[in-house]
Amino acid sequence: MNAYEQYIAFTTLVSKEIRRYLRIWTQTLLPSAITMSLYYVIFGNLIGSRIGEMGGRSYMEFVVPGLIMMAIVTNSYSNVVSSFFGAKFSNSVEELLVSPVPNYIILWGYIMGGVSRGLLVAIIVTTVSLLFTSLDIYHLGIVVAVVTLTSILFALCGFINAVFANSFDDISIVPTFVLTPLTYLGGVFYSLDLLPEFWANVSRANPLVYVVNAFRYGVLGVSDVNIGFSFAMIGGFAVIAYWYCMYLLRTGKRLRS
Amino acid sequence: MIPALSITGLEKTYDNGFRALKGLNLEVAQGEFFALLGPNGAGKSTTIGVISSLVAKSAGKVLVHGVDIDEDFPGAKKYLGIVPQEFNFNVFEKPEDILVQQAGFYGIPLSIARERTKHFLGQLGLAEKSSTPARMLSGGMKRRLMIARALIHAPKLLILDEPTAGVDIEMRRSMYDFLREINAAGTTIILTTHYLEEAEALCRNMAIINHGEIVANTSIRELLRDLNKESFLLDCQVPLPGTITVEGFHVAKVDEHTIEVHIEKGQDLVQAFEGLKQQGIKVLSMRNQANRLEQMFVSVLERQA
Ligand SMILES: Nc1ncnc2c1ncn2[C@@H]1O[C@H](COP(=O)(O)OP(=O)(O)O)[C@@H](O)[C@H]1O
Ligand SMILES: [Mg+2]
Repeated sequence: MNAYEQYIAFTTLVSKEIRRYLRIWTQTLLPSAITMSLYYVIFGNLIGSRIGEMGGRSYMEFVVPGLIMMAIVTNSYSNVVSSFFGAKFSNSVEELLVSPVPNYIILWGYIMGGVSRGLLVAIIVTTVSLLFTSLDIYHLGIVVAVVTLTSILFALCGFINAVFANSFDDISIVPTFVLTPLTYLGGVFYSLDLLPEFWANVSRANPLVYVVNAFRYGVLGVSDVNIGFSFAMIGGFAVIAYWYCMYLLRTGKRLRS
Repeated sequence: MIPALSITGLEKTYDNGFRALKGLNLEVAQGEFFALLGPNGAGKSTTIGVISSLVAKSAGKVLVHGVDIDEDFPGAKKYLGIVPQEFNFNVFEKPEDILVQQAGFYGIPLSIARERTKHFLGQLGLAEKSSTPARMLSGGMKRRLMIARALIHAPKLLILDEPTAGVDIEMRRSMYDFLREINAAGTTIILTTHYLEEAEALCRNMAIINHGEIVANTSIRELLRDLNKESFLLDCQVPLPGTITVEGFHVAKVDEHTIEVHIEKGQDLVQAFEGLKQQGIKVLSMRNQANRLEQMFVSVLERQA
């Protein structure tokens, strides 16, 4: 395919992905808005007012960036995992596989589907958060870069999960047993300073720590970890995941027999 | 002229060690309406899977309109439209979206995609259903939706894998008419089926595939002529005698009012009737033993052995 044809294929796939999650918005957009509002009310307002300061900010201010990031991570991930697994399950993935679309376009199509949902949900939960607190963004460039890179990373992880999943149960195992615990332990609700040194060090093996802290740095200007190092970690994980997804597509593992 | 499809020495061994294709050779000329005939499990879908990239071949060469799939698979795919055996669209999507998207995957601009979608949905009698979720279509409509989808990028070669499974007779007829039309307009068509009647109705040439190999490749007329045995079922007036024999013929009593007669090449059915009449058996009606394909298979395989 020439560049123009590839561009058409790419936009086709992205708009198909966007239409999919908009069509079922009660399952894709609404839950995050509700969950995050509850978090804001409970942790930010009710409990947060008794906690006092965290990382030099009010607890509400501290917790909001982490929660927004949590919404981005789960939405980018679950968009790709549900959509691609669904396509595999219904065999409609064959529509793509029999066409001349190159693999990298297929991958970027799904990535952008996930990224766009991550961003849309981020806008929704940020808007909701403004009811509870004010957000002055410390460094817009960093915010945009972290959000983009992170949602790409987790869209890729969702893709890998979908390739290996055999049932609808398999696509909720990773979010439930890996993603959610890592997010909770990734410093969304607390500063790593609070942990004993040993656990703080263990936490540094958790990629979500870098995601949450880099974003918090972009919004508030505070971080538990070095910002440059955070970017290197997120970027590094994304490159590895991308390479692995391309490998899966090239070899046709679990997609072609 | 470059053949529409050329397959040489195609082998496929699945991961579980099963050898589904054993050195298959097949050539289909441009403009043909070709039947690939074979019993269940013969390797028809596997062959189509290889051509369309859903199955990775173990060995062999496949050329679609002269384009080697090992050298330029995307190039080969542009010539190819596939109607798979199993439904493989997202049932929550609407036919018009399914078609427009498929066009997009071939790099066709939206305005052209919309035009063609409208055209094919109309031609295949799906215009009224264009914005109904696909899960609400009948079996025949779903099949026609897949035909429309396969044609959206104007392929030169259309391959249909058992397209009439689950389609009622009337719908089958109109589907045949449609396929004849697009074949006449220049699209090469390959159809797999296990119904000889279907191949006979549509195709001039055919190949028979069995256990992953081509066991016959000729014109249909040739094959039928070569059929050295044909069976007929005779509906007779009751009661029939306990045992029936007719000099020179193989006859068998099937049930209380049916007799089966095998006619070898060169034999005359009328003589069999005469023989029966002499025994006082009155034949009320006669029909061809339904499964002629099976007979043909047996005869083709017998000849191979
Ligand atoms: N993925 C697979 N793994 C192992 N064996 C398979 C697979 N797909 C098909 N087969 C086997 O290969 C043979 C040919 O199958 P298929 O090509 O579907 O036959 P047909 O379409 O002629 O009915 C069958 O015996 C079938 O069981
Ligand atoms: Mg089959």
